[in-house]
Amino acid sequence: MTAASIHDGAADGRAGDRPARLRRGRPAGRLSLGSGLGLGVGMLWFSLLVLIPLTAVVVKAQSGGWSGYWHTITNAQTWAAIKLTVIQSLLVTLLNVVMGTLIAWVLVRDHFVGKRALEVLIDIPFALPTIVAGLVLLSLYGPRSPIGVNIANTEKAVFLALAFVTVPFVVRTVQPVLEQLDLDAEEAAASLGASRFTVFRRVVLPSLAPAIGAGAALSFARAISEYGSLVLLSGNLALRTEVTSVRILTYIENGNTAAAAAVASTLLLIALIVIVLVDVIQRRVARRD
Amino acid sequence: MRTRTTIALALALTGSLVVSACGSDTKSSSNTAAAPGSSTEATTPGTADNGGPVELSLVAFSVPKAANAAIEAAFAKTPKGAGTTWTESYGASGDQSRAVVSGLEADYVHFSLEGDVTRLVKEGLVAEDWNAGPNHGIVSTSVVVIAVRPGNPKHITGWDDLVEGDIGIVTPNPGSSGSARWNILAAYGHVLANGGTEDDAKAYLKQFFEHTVALPGSGRDATTAFLAGTGDVLISYENEAILARQSGSELDYVVPDQTLLIENPAAVLKDANPRATAFLDFVLSAAGQTEFVKKGFRSVGNTVTGVSVEGANDPADPFPTPAKLLTIGTDFGGWSDASKKFFDEDNGIVTLIQQETGKTS
Repeated sequence: MTAASIHDGAADGRAGDRPARLRRGRPAGRLSLGSGLGLGVGMLWFSLLVLIPLTAVVVKAQSGGWSGYWHTITNAQTWAAIKLTVIQSLLVTLLNVVMGTLIAWVLVRDHFVGKRALEVLIDIPFALPTIVAGLVLLSLYGPRSPIGVNIANTEKAVFLALAFVTVPFVVRTVQPVLEQLDLDAEEAAASLGASRFTVFRRVVLPSLAPAIGAGAALSFARAISEYGSLVLLSGNLALRTEVTSVRILTYIENGNTAAAAAVASTLLLIALIVIVLVDVIQRRVARRD
Repeated sequence: MRTRTTIALALALTGSLVVSACGSDTKSSSNTAAAPGSSTEATTPGTADNGGPVELSLVAFSVPKAANAAIEAAFAKTPKGAGTTWTESYGASGDQSRAVVSGLEADYVHFSLEGDVTRLVKEGLVAEDWNAGPNHGIVSTSVVVIAVRPGNPKHITGWDDLVEGDIGIVTPNPGSSGSARWNILAAYGHVLANGGTEDDAKAYLKQFFEHTVALPGSGRDATTAFLAGTGDVLISYENEAILARQSGSELDYVVPDQTLLIENPAAVLKDANPRATAFLDFVLSAAGQTEFVKKGFRSVGNTVTGVSVEGANDPADPFPTPAKLLTIGTDFGGWSDASKKFFDEDNGIVTLIQQETGKTS
């Protein structure tokens, strides 16, 4: 997705997948000492942090057997929680794709008073402990709302909290790409009579698609795992506003770690599917130019 | 190339997802609150411990944090406790207990539920006879109370008023928070205390959940949500309500005529420094229990009297005796039975009622 920024042998093991494209003239499959070392360290780090824990979760989920797994997922309360979490996360991701791109556009292309301040404020949802975010949202959109909006303990509260904590993702992935974007192409298109909308759709959007896709994937993955900002605001009501992370905690509290891992690995699978889907869409859009 | 990149990214993202999903509730894993310049040299087991620098690790649920801090300070002033410094960790009771099993260092543990100590016994970390003493391992007690808005505008006097009209109830989530289970059992048990049958109690609990507007993650979260305006009543612990009032929060509370005694156990780990046992003895002494009383807990066996408790409804007589006080041991057959019967995630009574009421409203 951000291939331009990846140097040969850079961490995370991706470099090794593209030997044919190496411009160094080295035969495919052979790495220099430096890049081999880099790849090794990168893979080791990635394995320790991600691959091994990930495998452990999946293995743990299998300890209850396939029937145990199925039994957990089809529990009415768990299934309702998964459905709620995934649907609200998808909606929030869609919102972020539109609003995040818009905010990034405003930040890069427009000049206005307070732009610097906005630039800093965008990251606040990242910096704020999520329980504080929940408290702030509750006091603003709860029963004592100074603006008369009370959505506490409803599905809307789940949506709102997820939207709050994920807002920076698309903004921060799109912004640098937009900054690098060559204005010449847009000007050329405009001089050839393309409307502003056409220019955006045919010239700008395809270039931004990979960044939007990456932001959307991050935003979705964050949303389906959210806990902190929701515990005060959503009310955790069974079958209505209870999200998956609360279900996972319930299983852990009851000592049923196999069921907890089963739900977690289901989220994992859903995240994987959505991330692949986002990538497919993103490439479709990018190919339009 | 793109595909590989995508897969790598997908794996990285989902990995972080799982990690955050599993670990997001650990509010504090280890905050070293009171260990400036501490020394970790252990006193030799067997020899008389007459004070001196020792660092102990306390792992506890979050509710008694203020009381434990006061007791630690008082302990340090005794000959046996002089020079003791502390590493403290506070969080949800179940999480803390699981953390100790997974290797979090602890000399002294203080949990909300007996089961959280039993877990350590099963792992061989705490001696089998930890609850053999006269207090059965319990170091702090309280009762379940109903917190209301200042002045009690809805005229709540007991459990039955909670399911009238449009009353909205806030209580911590009994699924994800073990300590929240005291509250639900108190609501259920009051029907039994009044001579009702199990079916009557289930019927009441169904109405109770129909009136429940929020089940925040923990006791403290529930208090926060209530103070931010959610609901009309908050099911809480007496000590939590008193502490909230001590810190200036705007709420009143009602001790219902029938309620449940909350009993919080503590234990010293097998391989703990002997100083930890001295601390446990101190906690159970009149001086230790007095510190609990000052923070709104009831002393074990109500041994401490004549202490004025700021924040209580009547500071001079802070702990009224309910007409009927249920206990987990005699009325519910102990925690291990009660957990299974009420909170099993497939067919626990409370779980099923929650699902039923979730569908209808």
